[in-house]
Amino acid sequence: MSVEFCGLQLAHPVLNGSGTFDVIAARRAFGDQLLRDFPFSAYVSKTITLEPRQGNPPPRLWEASAGLINSIGLPNKGLEGYLAEDLPQIVEITGAGAAEVPLITNVMGSTAEEISRLLEACDAHEQIAAIELNVSCPNVKTGLDIGSDPRQLEEVVRAVRPRTRKPLIVKLTPNTADVALCALAAQEAGADAVSLINTLRATALAPRDPTLPAGRWLGGGTGGLSGPAIRVVALAQVAAVAARVEVPVVGMGGVQSAADACDLMDVGATLVAVGTESFRDPVAAARIAEGLRAMGAA
Amino acid sequence: MSQAPFARRLLTVTGLDELGAYRVLRVADPDGPEPEPGQFAMLSALEGWGGGEHERPLLARAFSIARRSGGESHFLLEDVGPGTQRLCELRAGDGLWALGPLGRGFAAPEGGRRAILVGGGVGIAPLAILQDQLEGPTSVLLGFRERSRAQGAALLDGARVASDDGSVGHHGLVTDLLVAELQRDPEAVVYACGPAGMLEGVRAICERGGVPAQLALEAGMACGFGACFGCVVPKRGGGYLRVCVDGPVIDAAELERVDAHAAAPIGDPPA
Ligand SMILES: Cc1cc2nc3c(=O)[nH]c(=O)nc-3n(C[C@H](O)[C@H](O)[C@H](O)COP(=O)(O)OP(=O)(O)OC[C@H]3O[C@@H](n4cnc5c(N)ncnc54)[C@H](O)[C@@H]3O)c2cc1C
Ligand SMILES: Cc1cc2nc3c(=O)[nH]c(=O)nc-3n(C[C@H](O)[C@H](O)[C@H](O)COP(=O)(O)O)c2cc1C
Ligand code: FES
Repeated sequence: MSVEFCGLQLAHPVLNGSGTFDVIAARRAFGDQLLRDFPFSAYVSKTITLEPRQGNPPPRLWEASAGLINSIGLPNKGLEGYLAEDLPQIVEITGAGAAEVPLITNVMGSTAEEISRLLEACDAHEQIAAIELNVSCPNVKTGLDIGSDPRQLEEVVRAVRPRTRKPLIVKLTPNTADVALCALAAQEAGADAVSLINTLRATALAPRDPTLPAGRWLGGGTGGLSGPAIRVVALAQVAAVAARVEVPVVGMGGVQSAADACDLMDVGATLVAVGTESFRDPVAAARIAEGLRAMGAA
Repeated sequence: MSQAPFARRLLTVTGLDELGAYRVLRVADPDGPEPEPGQFAMLSALEGWGGGEHERPLLARAFSIARRSGGESHFLLEDVGPGTQRLCELRAGDGLWALGPLGRGFAAPEGGRRAILVGGGVGIAPLAILQDQLEGPTSVLLGFRERSRAQGAALLDGARVASDDGSVGHHGLVTDLLVAELQRDPEAVVYACGPAGMLEGVRAICERGGVPAQLALEAGMACGFGACFGCVVPKRGGGYLRVCVDGPVIDAAELERVDAHAAAPIGDPPA
């Protein structure tokens, strides 16, 4: 069942999607049982930016047909706050007892300079085993997401790649014309792995209720769709990417069961990640890993 | 704060009782941890939930634990959408997933202050378990839209009721009753739960009178345990609180105001 990924030895192939499991809050809610029954084989932190961010005004959630639209807006304490306050608490959990899983820190920046500073800072912390780069961030000059254009993506990843010796996973955006071209670009620029899919751009209007203000529901205007509704899109994109790249692929999007995870692995994913399903069932990842084991798929 | 087992538990429904416009869902939970008043659970039905043939509900929904009695947990429901509708269809013997107890509950009164419980609509739920556990004299003030909802007042003992349409008790807002009560006895602590508009009224009255208040807030929630950052309300001085882990009970002093749009309306807003 154990699996090798970018030089890391993982107990099983199921991770969390970035931003969908906060171990610090979960420890408060569930106590030490979290450490004993830690569901993920590696822990991916939520996206960290250079400066602190408050996130978007509420409402931040909309339940769609078989899916969830979120407009959270990447709230985080910023690089300094993360390293000083969150990192010690995270490793106290992920590095403890039965858990002892590697930490993958997810970072995002709007320029190569910003990303470079984030990677250098992470590189200096041995508790961080690998770095995931979220490229669903608008380029300040063009307004386009860095990851949506293969040429821009290749340029940025090439520029920042030398700043860390740690494995670098590029988390691709699905909101692009050809995700496989983006994956190839990331690989050419030196990414050690790619992960996908992030949420699909989506929005919702307020319910037609006279007591509620009409118009866009989400405080951030638009958001990203996740959950079972996007599973088939994830399957198509993971298949397209895995067919083109040599580097390992982390597949995610709507995984609720071992069968869903198995589908992503069948089309070429080395690891799978669980996001929205953990909201419904916080130990979903453990259930899925167990199911994969029973199916002999891993 | 009582911690929750790290897994949702499959419980069995023991009954669903009518209480005017509301329903009281009872489930057998003999081994569940004792909740603090004000804590909640994320509930979903075993069948007909999860984005299968039904497009919604997909995510579990948050419900205050209204009472613990004889190995059962009780929840007060108002049918306002697909989730509550599905829960209101449950029958004895049906399966229910429950994750909890979650969040921070009410803190006991300090300095010999007398407790005033203020509830609106289905928001009276956590005040019932609070009343069960408080010692000493308490006042209970509840507001409802109309008569069938006002029958919910039977969940608590000795409640004084206000109704928007004047069909039961005081014709007006429950905050009118609170103002009068605080004039009689300003050495009180206020515990409140209800729609955002009511909570903002309670907050403003208590701030003017220098009366400590604990407000049980609501917000749309995807997880209930701090994972999604979806349930935020603005905090005094900037930034946000996560209602599920920093609350749902929040000291009124931590809030500048209770934002009407931040807390998802839960079906029974006073006019
Ligand atoms: C801590 C806490 C305790 C609670 N306790 C209770 C309780 O004891 N009893 C009780 O009855 N309720 C309680 N609630 C409220 C209950 O969880 C919500 O009303 C829940 O959303 C109902 O689900 P639904 O599917 O029936 O309705 P929904 O469809 O979720 O509709 C409820 C409200 O959510 C908004 N909404 C409508 N459609 C959507 C959508 N697609 N996506 C997102 N939001 C939408 C609207 O404002 C609507 O009025 C509590 C909430 C919290 C946070
Ligand atoms: C509430 C929420 C917050 C998220 N936050 C982040 C984030 O901070 N960084 C990131 O790279 N992806 C983030 N994602 C995307 C997930 O990691 C994942 O790619 C996506 O949700 C698809 O998986 P799922 O359908 O299993 O949820 C978030 C998703 C959700 C639902
Ligand atoms: S409901 Fe997910 S963080 Fe509060």
